[in-house]
Amino acid sequence: MSYILDIQGVNKTFGGLHALSDIQLKIEAGTTHAIIGPNGAGKSTLLNCCIGKLIPDTGSVTFNGMNMIGKKPHEINHAGMVRVFQTPEIFPDLTLLQNVMIPALAKRDGMFSFNPFKSMSREGVIQQEAMQALHDIGLEKSCDQHAGSISRGDKRRLEVAMGLIQKPSLLLLDEPTAGMARHDTNATIDLLKRLTSDGMTKVIIEHDMHVVFSLADTISVLAQGRIIATGSPEEIRNNPKVKEAYLGESEDE
Amino acid sequence: MDVFLIQLLNGLDKGGAYALIALGLTLAFGTLGIVNFAHGALFMLGAFCAVTVQQILTMSVKVRDESITFFEAYKEQPYLEIWWGDTGTAIIDYAVPISILFVIPIMLLIGLALERGLIKHFYKRSHAEQILVTFGLAIVLQEIIRAFFGANPIPTPAPDIVAGSAAIGSFLGLSDNLVYPWWRLIYLAFSSLVIFGVFAFLKFTTFGMVVRAGMADRETVGLLGINVQRKFTIVFGLAAVVAGVAGAMYAPILPPDYHMGMDFLVLSFVVVVVGGMGSLGGAVTAGFLLGILQSFASMNEFKAIFPGIDQIIIYLVAVIVLLVRPRGLMGREGVMED
Amino acid sequence: MMKLTLKNNLFVMLIFSVVVLTAPIWLSPIGANYPDLLQKFAIFGIFAIGFNILFGLTGYLSFGHATFLGIGSYSAVWCFKLFSMNVLPGIVMGTVIAGIFAFLIGYVSLRRSGIYFSILTLAFAQMSYSLAYSVLTPITNGETGLQLSSEDPRYLDALFSVEVTEGLPSTNLFGQLMSGYPGFYFCATLLIIGFYISLKIFRSPFGLKLRAIKSNQTRMRYTGFNTRPYLLTAFIISGMYAGLAGSLMAVTDPLAGAERMQWTASGEVVLMTILGGSGTLLGPLFGVTIIKYFENIFSAMNTSTLNEFFSFLPEFLQSIMVSISQHFVGEGWHLTLGALFMLVVIFLPGGVMEGVTLINKHVRLKLGLRYDDPSVAQSEPSGIEAAPASLTDSQKEEKK
Repeated sequence: MSYILDIQGVNKTFGGLHALSDIQLKIEAGTTHAIIGPNGAGKSTLLNCCIGKLIPDTGSVTFNGMNMIGKKPHEINHAGMVRVFQTPEIFPDLTLLQNVMIPALAKRDGMFSFNPFKSMSREGVIQQEAMQALHDIGLEKSCDQHAGSISRGDKRRLEVAMGLIQKPSLLLLDEPTAGMARHDTNATIDLLKRLTSDGMTKVIIEHDMHVVFSLADTISVLAQGRIIATGSPEEIRNNPKVKEAYLGESEDE
Repeated sequence: MDVFLIQLLNGLDKGGAYALIALGLTLAFGTLGIVNFAHGALFMLGAFCAVTVQQILTMSVKVRDESITFFEAYKEQPYLEIWWGDTGTAIIDYAVPISILFVIPIMLLIGLALERGLIKHFYKRSHAEQILVTFGLAIVLQEIIRAFFGANPIPTPAPDIVAGSAAIGSFLGLSDNLVYPWWRLIYLAFSSLVIFGVFAFLKFTTFGMVVRAGMADRETVGLLGINVQRKFTIVFGLAAVVAGVAGAMYAPILPPDYHMGMDFLVLSFVVVVVGGMGSLGGAVTAGFLLGILQSFASMNEFKAIFPGIDQIIIYLVAVIVLLVRPRGLMGREGVMED
Repeated sequence: MMKLTLKNNLFVMLIFSVVVLTAPIWLSPIGANYPDLLQKFAIFGIFAIGFNILFGLTGYLSFGHATFLGIGSYSAVWCFKLFSMNVLPGIVMGTVIAGIFAFLIGYVSLRRSGIYFSILTLAFAQMSYSLAYSVLTPITNGETGLQLSSEDPRYLDALFSVEVTEGLPSTNLFGQLMSGYPGFYFCATLLIIGFYISLKIFRSPFGLKLRAIKSNQTRMRYTGFNTRPYLLTAFIISGMYAGLAGSLMAVTDPLAGAERMQWTASGEVVLMTILGGSGTLLGPLFGVTIIKYFENIFSAMNTSTLNEFFSFLPEFLQSIMVSISQHFVGEGWHLTLGALFMLVVIFLPGGVMEGVTLINKHVRLKLGLRYDDPSVAQSEPSGIEAAPASLTDSQKEEKK
């Protein structure tokens, strides 16, 4: 069995607080893996350790056989691991079309390329690709609008398109439906199901059980910086430890 | 040893001025989030308050010069002397200390007016725009001063009693040749006093507590239902007062001219950045530190090794500090990261 | 943006060249058609176009660009002294050396962003300025400024045995003296070339990436771009523009002084760019033209011209107007400039170009024409989702 992402013994402390302790996680290629857990369980910390935003104190993160620790964000992107942010990270001053073209250009041009004399109007291929991506998320009509002016739900969708256009081998989704109304959530689930059917590996961090159970093949539960269970949705649903963790949370709140 | 002491005092002196300006800059930046390029101009306005007070006090009338008898000679005699005789002369002599009394309310008013009229509209705008608008303001202020006072430096002497030098050498049991101007010693004491005053104010008053809380986390303080807006206005006024008195007291050391603010501003900004944006302690420490460094760098011994080092030492230190410690000496995490 | 109506580069360049080259004709009604002023327009135009490539595209506000202007001037004058009075080697040397310095300063300064970047560039500029005045006097000739002298070797000129005239030689382009209108046309040609390069950059993927960096640099990194080389390239290009402008100053007047590097000079180019509209192609040029033209007019005014100007008023009004306005002219020109600058930043942050857009929109609406301009973003508040983002999960964890 081939693992695309292999996290071994990752620890991370913030001033004495164990945000992550001894995380072991293997993610199988071509599957959708969800990481769930109560607030403050360390989900985003784990994600940030994979993506190069944080450096774990100990442990290793291996992606496609390459060590990812200490790599710069842009290097990790080019290795094929792409993240979709929780709060929409877009280019508010550019048009929707340009927003999607940028990641497409990154895919083609690499980390740096200097071509100041190439005209944008000669970028037909990239432009078509970007239009197609906008079409897929149903935003092709507003392709000339500034991304800063569209609704938050649309920004979310735009960001998904920005991630997908790079055809990553691993897509990390950080709470793709947080703060969305039910109707929008379902649309996003459909979108993710529709656009990523071609065997792309996905890791989803999510609160919403509805989303998790409709998308995930495997689920890991994180609580207080530890993985307390990993298994199929069915196993997780019936796991007493998981219930306890979530009940504990509801008491806290 | 003597030279060392003199340079140290020189450095502390200059550092005092840097620290006072940097303190105001940091107050405005830390609480209001405003990058104020016009702060140097406020320093200059303070100095020109002293000049104005002096000029008003010495308003003169032409009178017959009695001491010259063989022809009709005239001399200028200040009204104050005519009215009050020796008391008048003494008042004129103390023009600079007296001016402090006027500087405080005037600068407070100017500060409040600027905040209400201009600065408050820029809280939500980008730092680049803040820099630009205050840069424009600085130009306007300094050009107004030039229109009224001309381009030449205006000598503004300190009171006679402290015009000479203090024999600190014999006082400390060192060489008798070791003397230092009284006024500079006074400036040093004064700037320390103001700095302690500001710190005490922030530490021990409720107002100060809110301001410090605002510096740590502006949004939360706003959510607590405290009228942050009004507090901001007062903080800006306070920053203007600090800059103003620093300028007024500096007038006897450096005859004020219209562009002195700009000269000090650039250095003070470097001081703030070295100290760490938003850290009051950092601003003061860096101010004195850089003042001393600059003063020692201007010693011939150093200049012989690195020619021109005195000119660039501050900038050089700033570059190194920023590269090694991005947040400055005492900067907090999360302040102006991008 | 221009792109909407003028997509064709060739067409744009054609119009631009015609407008620039005929400037002596169409500027004559407002009395701005003498060569000295025209040269200034062109030279500062190049400076501002270059500055705009950095500030307008990436949003990095450099307060030290005058350094490169000064370096360009010094290099060009040295080239005149050592090699040839022909201007071509001079401007090439000025541009290249400014580029090298831009690389060094940019490499260090770009490790930081935001206001820290501004302060770092300011620090470097002040260092260069102080050094030019003090230690580097053998190279810069200190306060006097670097000048030509009749003892200069001029090896290349000697090699090709160019005729030596009495007194100080003049700058020339293969024999054509660079004073008066020929000087202007030379600068104008370079302005056109400079504008063309800037146009290409603005409309290239490279330019788009720079704008994306300005919009959201963090996102750029996670999208797979190494942003620093992009920024450094933009910094070097704009430094080279400044170097070119500096060397052209030396071409029109072969004298280089350190005051050219002072931070107020850096402030001036910022001012011109903002006034015109940063981030737009033509904005900086408008800014330059407006500022240099009014500088020329206002600084030449005095009380008697003001009296004449207000002579239509009754006498007491005339004297009041004169006494107020005299502070804004002549030496007081900077006061006008500062006030104007503040007004622009407060009311029209997009500069003249934004004003043009607004007027255009207004007129079209008045005429009942359809107007959809994507650059005027309609911000639509979207209920709960647009509420101030409370601490998100990730931020919370990072704070711990």
